[in-house]
Amino acid sequence: MGLELYLDLLSQPCRAIYIFAKKNGIPFELRTVDLIKGQHLSDAFSQVNPLKKVPALKDGDFTLSESVAILLYLTHKYKVPDHWYPQDLQARARVDEYLAWQHTTLRRSCLRALWHKVMFPVFLGEPVSPQTLAATLAELDVNVQLLEDKFLQNKAFLAGPHISLADLVAITELMHPVGAGCQVFKGRPKLAAWRNRVEAAVGEDLFQEAHEIILKAKDFPPADPTTKQKLMPRVLAMIQ
Amino acid sequence: MGEGTGPGALARHRDPGLQLASCGCGAWHRLNMALELYMDLLSAPCRAVYIFSKKHDIPFNFQFVDLLKGHPYNKEYIKINPLRKLPSLKDGKFVLTESVAILYYLCRKYSTPSHWYPPDLHIRARVDEFMAWQHVAFQLPMKKMVWLKLLIPKITGEEVSAEKMDHTVAEVKNSLKLFEEYFLQDKMFITGDQISLADLVAVVEMMQPMAANYNAFLNSSKVAEWRMRVELSIGSGLFREAHNRLMQLADWDFSTLDPVVKEKICKNHYYQQAVMAPICNPSTSRGGDGRIT
Repeated sequence: MGLELYLDLLSQPCRAIYIFAKKNGIPFELRTVDLIKGQHLSDAFSQVNPLKKVPALKDGDFTLSESVAILLYLTHKYKVPDHWYPQDLQARARVDEYLAWQHTTLRRSCLRALWHKVMFPVFLGEPVSPQTLAATLAELDVNVQLLEDKFLQNKAFLAGPHISLADLVAITELMHPVGAGCQVFKGRPKLAAWRNRVEAAVGEDLFQEAHEIILKAKDFPPADPTTKQKLMPRVLAMIQ
Repeated sequence: MGEGTGPGALARHRDPGLQLASCGCGAWHRLNMALELYMDLLSAPCRAVYIFSKKHDIPFNFQFVDLLKGHPYNKEYIKINPLRKLPSLKDGKFVLTESVAILYYLCRKYSTPSHWYPPDLHIRARVDEFMAWQHVAFQLPMKKMVWLKLLIPKITGEEVSAEKMDHTVAEVKNSLKLFEEYFLQDKMFITGDQISLADLVAVVEMMQPMAANYNAFLNSSKVAEWRMRVELSIGSGLFREAHNRLMQLADWDFSTLDPVVKEKICKNHYYQQAVMAPICNPSTSRGGDGRIT
C-alpha cells in the first residue's frame, strides 16, 4: 500500500494538502473521512489517527497528523520545487513564521466564521446569537488585515516572490468564510490580487475542485439528531 | 570552513576572528555577530529560545521586553514586532517572530547537533507534528491556567468562577493525557532516545502553570520522569535559571501594575481569548435566549 491521505475537503487543512499533493504529482490514495457523518470518530479511523482529526497521512506503517507536519513531510519526501519551502535560510524562516502564526489566529477565525454563520444554524439547527456572530466576524476582520499588513505587505506572495506552503495554507483558510458567504476580499484589492495569483499558480481547475464542497456549505442538509448529538461536543471544543 | 578561496576566505582575511558558515543554501552567514533576542522569560516560548541559545553558545543580546511593565506595547518594540508578541529575533536587518520559526532558524544557522531537529524524514515529522499541535492543544490551556488562577485575581481583585476553573483544569489534564499517550508514549523523549526541539517546547509549556502553583507533572510518573530527563539534558542550572522569573511571578507586587498597562492587558486579544471566551460545554454554551454564545 502506497501513500494514503485521509481527508475531507470540507476541512481547510485538508484542502491545502490535497492541492499540494495533486499539484506536485504526488501519487496517493484518497481516503475520504466524512466529517459531517462523524466518520472521524470511528474506531477504524482512530487506528490511523488516535487524535481523531483530519488530515492524517499513512505511508506504509508510518502515520502522521497535523497539516503543517504533513505538508513538510511531503515536501521533503517528494523533492518538490524549491519555492514551496525554500532552502534559503531567511525565506524558509518566513514560511515557518506564517505556518506557526496562523494556528491560533486566522485558522481559528475562519473556522469560527463558518460555524457561527452557517454550520451551527443550517447544519446543526442551532441558532447563534447576533453578538457572537458579530464578534467572530470582527475578529476575522482583524486577522485578515494582519495577513495583509504583516505577512503579504507589498510582496507577490506571503514569503516572497513565489508561491510557498504559506500561501496554500492561507488561501484554503480564507475559503472557509468565503464558503460561509463572507466577502473577505471586498475592499482589499491587494489581498484580492494575491488570491488571484495563488489560484493561477495552483491552477484554476485544481483550485475549484478542491473548493467545491466548502462553496456548497450553505446547502448542507440538516444533521439528524443522532449525528448532531455525536458531533456537538467536539465541534464546540474545536471552535473554542 | 578554512578553505583558501571563495568569499568566506576573503572576509576571514580581513577579519581573522570571523566565523562563517554555509547552511547549504549557498549564502554565507556571519556566525559571531550577536543576534538580538527580544524576550521576557515569563513567556514559555521565550524560555525555549533562551535555553536553546544558551545551550549552544549562540551569541545574542538579551533585549528584555518586560511584560509586567507593558513594554510589548511600546513604540520601540512595535517597530520590531507590530503583533506585540514575544519572542522576536533580529539578525542584522532580518526580523523573525514565532518561537517555532526562530528555533528552526537557529538550528539551521548554527548547525546545532542533529538530534534537536533530526534529518530522518519520519523522526523529523514527529517533531513538526508536536510543534504544530502544541499551539492550540497545549500552550493555550497552560497559559489559561496561569491567567485564571493567578493573573486575573491579582490584576482585577476578583476570583474566577469555580466552573471556569474546573473547566480549565480539565482542559489541562486532557492535553497532558494526549501528550503522554500520543507524543511521549513509552519513549525516553518524544522522538526516541534523544532530546529534540519538541521536548524543549513541551517542557517550558508544562512549566507555565507552576507560576500559579499548579504542578502539571504530578498527574503522571511517566511525564515526571520525562521532565527530569529533559531537565538533565538541558542542564539543571540553565533550566532553573530560565524559570526563575516565572517561579517568582506570584510574589510580584501587582499593585504596582501601571493602570494603562492593566487596561492594555485586559483588552489584549490573547487575554480575551483565554478569559472571556465562553466555556464550550453543550449545557452552558447558550445564552438566555437558547442561542449559541
